[in-house]
Amino acid sequence: MRFDLTADQRLLRSATADFLADASSLAVSRALHAQGRSVDRDTWRRGAELGWTSLLIPEELGGGSVSGAGLVDATILAEEFGGCAAPGPFLPVNVVAAALGQASNAAAQAGLLKRLLAGEAIATWACCPPGGSWDPAAGAVAAVPDGDGYRLTGVHEGVEAAADADAFLVLGAVPEGLTQFVLPATAAGLSVEAMGSLDLTRGFGRVAYDDVRVGPEAVVGVVGQAQQAVERQFQVAVVLQCAELAGVLDTVLGFTRQWLADRFTFGRPLESYQALKHRFADLTTWSHAAQAATYAAAAAVQDAQPDAAQVVSIAKSYAGQRATDIVQECVQLHGGLGVTWEHDIHVYLRRATVNRVTWGTPGQHRRRLADLLGV
Amino acid sequence: MTDNESTEFGSAGFGRSEIGSTEMGSAGFGSAGIESVQSFRQRARAWIAANLLPTDQASGYPSGPGVAARDEAAWQHARELQARLYAGGFAGICFPREYGGLGLTPAHQRAFTEEAVGYAMPTLLNIPTFSICCATILDLASEELKRAHLAAAIRGEEVLVQFLSEPGSGSDLASVTTRADRRGDSFVLSGTKVWSTAAYAADYALCLARTDWTRPKHEGLTMFLVRVRQPGIEIRQIRQVDGSSEFCQEFIDGVEVPVTDVVGEVNGGWAVASRQLFHERSSMSGASPYISGPHPGRDRLTSVRELIGLVRDSGQAGDPAGRELVAEYHGLERIESWLADRVGSAIRAGQLPAAASSVARLFSGEAITRRAEIALELAGPLAVMSGSTAAGAAAGSTSAGAGAGAAAGAGAGAADAAGVGDAASPAIAVGAGEPTVGVRFLARQGGSLGGGSTEMARNIISERLLGMPREHAADKGLPFNQVRRGR
Repeated sequence: MRFDLTADQRLLRSATADFLADASSLAVSRALHAQGRSVDRDTWRRGAELGWTSLLIPEELGGGSVSGAGLVDATILAEEFGGCAAPGPFLPVNVVAAALGQASNAAAQAGLLKRLLAGEAIATWACCPPGGSWDPAAGAVAAVPDGDGYRLTGVHEGVEAAADADAFLVLGAVPEGLTQFVLPATAAGLSVEAMGSLDLTRGFGRVAYDDVRVGPEAVVGVVGQAQQAVERQFQVAVVLQCAELAGVLDTVLGFTRQWLADRFTFGRPLESYQALKHRFADLTTWSHAAQAATYAAAAAVQDAQPDAAQVVSIAKSYAGQRATDIVQECVQLHGGLGVTWEHDIHVYLRRATVNRVTWGTPGQHRRRLADLLGV
Repeated sequence: MTDNESTEFGSAGFGRSEIGSTEMGSAGFGSAGIESVQSFRQRARAWIAANLLPTDQASGYPSGPGVAARDEAAWQHARELQARLYAGGFAGICFPREYGGLGLTPAHQRAFTEEAVGYAMPTLLNIPTFSICCATILDLASEELKRAHLAAAIRGEEVLVQFLSEPGSGSDLASVTTRADRRGDSFVLSGTKVWSTAAYAADYALCLARTDWTRPKHEGLTMFLVRVRQPGIEIRQIRQVDGSSEFCQEFIDGVEVPVTDVVGEVNGGWAVASRQLFHERSSMSGASPYISGPHPGRDRLTSVRELIGLVRDSGQAGDPAGRELVAEYHGLERIESWLADRVGSAIRAGQLPAAASSVARLFSGEAITRRAEIALELAGPLAVMSGSTAAGAAAGSTSAGAGAGAAAGAGAGAADAAGVGDAASPAIAVGAGEPTVGVRFLARQGGSLGGGSTEMARNIISERLLGMPREHAADKGLPFNQVRRGR
């Protein structure tokens, strides 16, 4: 939990927390999952009114932050999403919104931005190749020039909310270099196939491009020069997923703390055993450290600090690892109850595990950090 | 402050809220507003460049690794540097103006510390003089003591230390048995203190002693400000595993202390000691706003630049496992500092209780342990043996100048030949003939013991931060003279 919120930020947080507690409780999420769905359009549209989609879009395009630091504001909401293990394409929509809003030709996508802002459209970010790589720059699909446009061929995997998306921000490779395109879900030759997901509350999919024709108006930014923008989108995505983990930790440590007080063995509460007190002190410390790293990363990316990429990888490698460590320790503290389907802790463990792996595992981020440090 | 800077003063964003009233009191922060951090930083940058020496030109005095004991000259140098900071208007940045400080905020202090990177600073005075002793005196001592001792310390004229632990009282600090018997307007102190950092160089010590043996242990203690250099106090330096001898043992025999030198209340010494422990935890984790310049504990750790050089020189730069370890090492280093900032500012703003300082302290202790292990893993045989011929290879490699120096010569000549004499490159320096990475590994638990053990930190976090039940205490409520004690 952040301690340094302004009054406006506290309002932003409490509005979303109250809304999610009602409209997106775990009971609701479990029911959605039972129906094989992960996104509820009506919930998303109402959430958009609370600012879920506007924070990373510049004011002149209809967006706006509450503090002037949009990414910091967005992490406040991401924490709430993590804290409720809420579905809702918060991460991909905001990454796409930031990408479109910051593009040199942002006006060209004003229509889509407006629909994203209103919560009427859902967009997602497609850039990872099939297999194990989360390096966005390695996942570009072939984009062959064709008249004034391009023809795209290839596959992206691990695309969050793919089955629900109305539009895709697709990374392609043209002869000049990396280029991003916006494609409607209805584009001829584009197909989406749902993938199985460990996460109860978020779906992923495979997007295939079979000679998909795009016009010049689909290009985001400058042809061949998407590298920096993609790196920034990657940083935004990692910061938001770390913030989700921060929220997961507050919730799981909160109910586990309560469990330790309520559960009695040998005539005394679990919280009175020094062995358990000390373990919980460790978990609390790791959680504060993961959160400190996450907020440092949010500030570094927000301010475009020169070492932002390093800070982001430090945050992900630590928070990604520690979040699953902490939640699984809390499973242990719950005893047999912790490994039942009934108990909510596995919903958080699933969320934390998926966040740990997507957009780079802790190990991949350590190797990336080593590269950045010039080892 | 000089007159021509007064126009740059502005109150934007740097008011009292930066410094909570519980820690600093309201003294020294007038309503007139204070200089902006940016303006302060610019003045500091110019002054530092003109008045301080880069560390590599001030060799001999900084507390580098392998320094067995800091001699009198090093302490004299620190006092002189402090006096120079004072004369230049950059001493006691977060201490109130009426006690000789600048009355500025932690943000100003951070800016100064950032600007002073690479310059020789009086780091010996940071802990415990400023960050623990002066901080506690500011919080709890009488007006007379504050005026006398804070200003003197800030001018570089006084070194202060702590006389807390005893051979029979460590984690259970409130069980100390040094006695203080009232005699007229004085108390007479006798007993033995131990683990007192830098006592051999000190002028005054905050000494915890028992003034009432018929009350429960916490209620019969008093804190005294004791002159260290006087007959009746004998000091012995303790040699540590890593060759250092900063810790001391003191034998106190019939030393008279005037009542006016009591800090806080008579029999109210536990409150003072608790405050010291809080400031000590803040110091250990780097969260203290009274530390100026580099953290004095950190020079005992291998820097990440040294580590990178080590990885290159030991041929592991292409090894993903070694590369990941370097990244982990660096991550821990950065997170430690972010966590200290997070916890420190939340405590100052009243959003977390002072007990939360144990979170940063616990992380710090564990991180030091892990980092010492990583350095050992990366150094391999060079961590445990001196005189390897790899030394020459390292000196000749391209990375040597970048802070590598993977050499472990047995003598000064070998060290020079290997380029370890370069102030920037003691990754494996010569420490009394021992390889430094290995020695640091041996001594790594020091980071989990000094400043209160990590076990105590876990107790504090679980009990005082999270409200879990206190551990059973067999001495609870008992008059101290009825409490069972070992020997």
